[in-house]
Amino acid sequence: MPKDGGIGASTKRREDVRFLTGVGNYTDDINIHGQAHVFFLRSDVAHGTLNSVDTSAAEAMDGVVRIFTGADFEAVGGMPCGWQVTDRHGEVMQEPRHPILAHQKVRHVGEPIAAVVADTLEQARDAAEAIVVDIAELPAVIDMKDAVKDGAPKVHDDLTSNLCYDWGFVEENKDAVNKAFEEAAHVTTLELVNNRLVANPMEPRVAVGEYARGTDEHTLYTTSQNPHVIRLLMGAFVLGIPEHKLRVVAPDVGGGFGTKIFHYQEEAFCTFAAKACNRPVKWTSSRTEAFMSDAHGRDHVTKIELALDADNNFTALRTDTYANMGAYLSTFAPSVPTWLHGTLMAGNYKTPLIYVNVKAVFTNTVPVDAYRGAGRPEATFQLERVVDKAARELGVDPIALRRQNFITEFPYATPVAVEYDTGDYHATMDKLESMGDFAGFAARRAESEKNGKLRGLGVNCYIEACGIAPSNLVGQLGARAGLYESATVRVNATGGLVVMTGSHSHGQGHETSFAQVVSEMIGIDANMVEIVHGDTSKVPMGMGTYGSRSIAVGGSAMVRATEKIIAKAKKIASHLLEASEADIELKDGAFSVAGTDKSVAWGDVTLAAYVPHNYPLEDIEPGLEETAFYDPANFTYPSGAYACEVEVDPDTGKVSIERFCAADDFGNIINPMIVTGQVHGGLAQGIGQALLENCAYDADGQLLSASYMDYAMPRADDLPMFQVDHEDGTPCTHNPLGVKGCGEAGAIGSPPAVVNAVVDALQSAGKDVTHVDMPLSPDRVWAAMQ
Amino acid sequence: MYNFDVVKPARIADAVKELSDSSESQPLGGGQTLIPTLKQRLASPEKLVSLAGIDEMKGVCKGEDGSVCIGGATTHATVAAEAGDYPALAATAAHIGDPAVRNRGTIGGSLANNDPSACYPAAALASGAIIKTNAREIAADDYFQGMFTTALDEGEIITEVRFPVPEAANYQKFVQPASRFALVGVFVAKYGGGVRVAITGASNDGVFRWAEAEAALSTNFSASALDGLSLSGDDMISDLHGTGAYRAHLCAVMTKRAVTAAG
Repeated sequence: MPKDGGIGASTKRREDVRFLTGVGNYTDDINIHGQAHVFFLRSDVAHGTLNSVDTSAAEAMDGVVRIFTGADFEAVGGMPCGWQVTDRHGEVMQEPRHPILAHQKVRHVGEPIAAVVADTLEQARDAAEAIVVDIAELPAVIDMKDAVKDGAPKVHDDLTSNLCYDWGFVEENKDAVNKAFEEAAHVTTLELVNNRLVANPMEPRVAVGEYARGTDEHTLYTTSQNPHVIRLLMGAFVLGIPEHKLRVVAPDVGGGFGTKIFHYQEEAFCTFAAKACNRPVKWTSSRTEAFMSDAHGRDHVTKIELALDADNNFTALRTDTYANMGAYLSTFAPSVPTWLHGTLMAGNYKTPLIYVNVKAVFTNTVPVDAYRGAGRPEATFQLERVVDKAARELGVDPIALRRQNFITEFPYATPVAVEYDTGDYHATMDKLESMGDFAGFAARRAESEKNGKLRGLGVNCYIEACGIAPSNLVGQLGARAGLYESATVRVNATGGLVVMTGSHSHGQGHETSFAQVVSEMIGIDANMVEIVHGDTSKVPMGMGTYGSRSIAVGGSAMVRATEKIIAKAKKIASHLLEASEADIELKDGAFSVAGTDKSVAWGDVTLAAYVPHNYPLEDIEPGLEETAFYDPANFTYPSGAYACEVEVDPDTGKVSIERFCAADDFGNIINPMIVTGQVHGGLAQGIGQALLENCAYDADGQLLSASYMDYAMPRADDLPMFQVDHEDGTPCTHNPLGVKGCGEAGAIGSPPAVVNAVVDALQSAGKDVTHVDMPLSPDRVWAAMQ
Repeated sequence: MYNFDVVKPARIADAVKELSDSSESQPLGGGQTLIPTLKQRLASPEKLVSLAGIDEMKGVCKGEDGSVCIGGATTHATVAAEAGDYPALAATAAHIGDPAVRNRGTIGGSLANNDPSACYPAAALASGAIIKTNAREIAADDYFQGMFTTALDEGEIITEVRFPVPEAANYQKFVQPASRFALVGVFVAKYGGGVRVAITGASNDGVFRWAEAEAALSTNFSASALDGLSLSGDDMISDLHGTGAYRAHLCAVMTKRAVTAAG
């Protein structure tokens, strides 16, 4: 049994006490004396020439401090892109300027045109209504395939076309892949859409800029998953503020899901305006603004082909994807459909030849970037759908076809440039088969049919790459950042510790689980460990939280720093105990001399470090504080097998999920309760994508789903009681905790299970339906049955 | 939200007077539509006349003719709890919106707004309800005049709605997945004089009666009586959540289910 509070214990989340009792400190809770409010006037047309923005009447209105337009930002940098993709011809991607406020043109509904700073938000809104904007509308390009046709209207006049890049991976494999298709015994082809989503964190984005004239110091409070990244990007590339004069604080953050990774115009604006107006400047997004200014997710259109030999072995895989970038490149947008997507196309299978083509396209829509899973859900969805379709075409059991093609030997180098360190796909599938009670499915189907419903069972596997990433590797792939993580462990004189981690918690429970690790290592109560994050003035340079990287990379940095602490503490203990350092053992918070009953408590050692009266000053410095930076040797590769059972109402097309089972291999686990919560949340979002969520534009670029009246979020009664199992995973081989990460798995693994189940249900009624595009809303399922 | 004044009269007569004072005044029922509209700056009344303080417009009672009479300012939650003499009506009220909507929203507000996807218009029209105002009584058949359009004059307030109690009735709502308003909602009510079928959510003209279905059901009140009957989707709402043809299909499905459930 794990020690209460240590590794493996389902310790309740300490941060929940403040979240649930209303004493959290979210960015919108921050109000600074004298602050002004900003309201952004946003474009209501998708594409147009911005002839003029007349602010003269608005400037004279009550309470207005100052009104900014695009012209005010000509001298500062545009919003930077953090990843440069090189295309299949060796050319770097087209990278348009992304202004803080629209200048000369507007390129999507919701793009900010002017910013009104006023004493109150209502005054700012009133004044914004008095701004006269003259826009000459231009034809909008919304559909990606239309956007890349000759003669299509150009989103950016200074680019050669709307094609950002045409990426081939692995380009050298292309001919061999094509040859394998010519020689295949069977080819399964599927065209599908990975629907555009809006992340919708419960807390909308907020930014508060503050400037201290006396010291020339800027502070930005912001809803970010990675405050150091914002400090670097905004300071170095946008506003030209050196990092030592810029503090970025991301306090309690109410959900991110990827969309709070990126550096946004509103953050740069509030920082800039605080100095220009000499007042703190605050912006809080409304939900409507969030729909049209938070980076969206997914939005791929794909054709995938799977080649099999006569024995049903996968011989080759070929994909052709259009990936929507929106009107501008969001911070990490180019990496999502390429390196976070193409490298995962092998999935759990030993397919020897793979070629992935991705055309990234500019359209007059909100920028698209990483959303929970980021590229991996898109890869998993298409792969697991085409494998399922192949099984149905060949008349073989979908699980047997998967098992036959599983990778079984590790490490395994895929043909798409990554090496899986460990895994056991048969074991997770075994677990799934027992959890899912597949043997009882026929009886459950018969019962559903008796009630006039169709029942379907869908199964799929997934593999993901977490713990991004070895910095030298991603540097070669175009990342303009390192992707290590940092931690400083500061031990206080009385024995308590403060861990300052570069990871950022925005709902994941790090304050609890990180403390469990350190308390286990030292053998002290977890309550003696405080986790601090989210403030560049407190925490060493860190890269933040996304890609399920916190425990694998941030946790590893913390382990390394704690190991340094323990090593130094042992030196002090050996001095106090007058014993050889090699004989000192640390157990249950006390240092002892091996083979004796001599020991000294943790608190005595820490006190000695800060009151070094009896201390080996000739050998070591006083104090007990260590920092480590951890750069991972490889990604981690969580995997799993999921099963979904649905009932479809044939009269209405309504799908209800009756059972959902998730068998995951996350390696070692620190806090099983938190992991279960992460899986549940991921499943809810994956099922949301599969059944409900749909960010839709009309042909003119108006956002049709701009509120919860039309954008369907999953609610509790849309979801079944989940069955999850993530025990006994295969530990990661290359990080000190043997952990892999669990944040995105549910969102990656669940959409194909749902669609596979619905297709199974429809086929059980004799319907010739091989695919339905997500979301599988009642009208779409009904239409597919007609 | 723009600035506005609020008054909260205690009597119907005072509310009517407040509404006639200025053409820019607007009655406020439970505010479940109007307040979000104001917050989005899509309406700018100078004065809101709250009807929430008028006790004579609240509550459920039984009329001399056996009708269920509901005050115009009665919340959905109260109707759900107290209109037990008309179970299908109480059940309809119990499934409008969410608890916040049900505890603030009122029957008068809903009928005055006449949202094409709201539930109450179907209940009122299928029941042949009488809409009583400060000035007159309006039959449901004359009251609903298209999407967001009613027979109410400026400043006219719904003070009471009288529902004749049917022999059997049922409301079937197929919800729009995002808003959970009715994508299609069908209220079927069987009276001694015949069956009435009213459908909300589907038509570009707002709530409507399905005459063919009524005729068939008046002869034979069973789902099978509807076999072969269908509506055209041509004039039906077509949006993100369903085409006109899909809505027309759902009208038939939900009508059958309502008849079966009504017994």
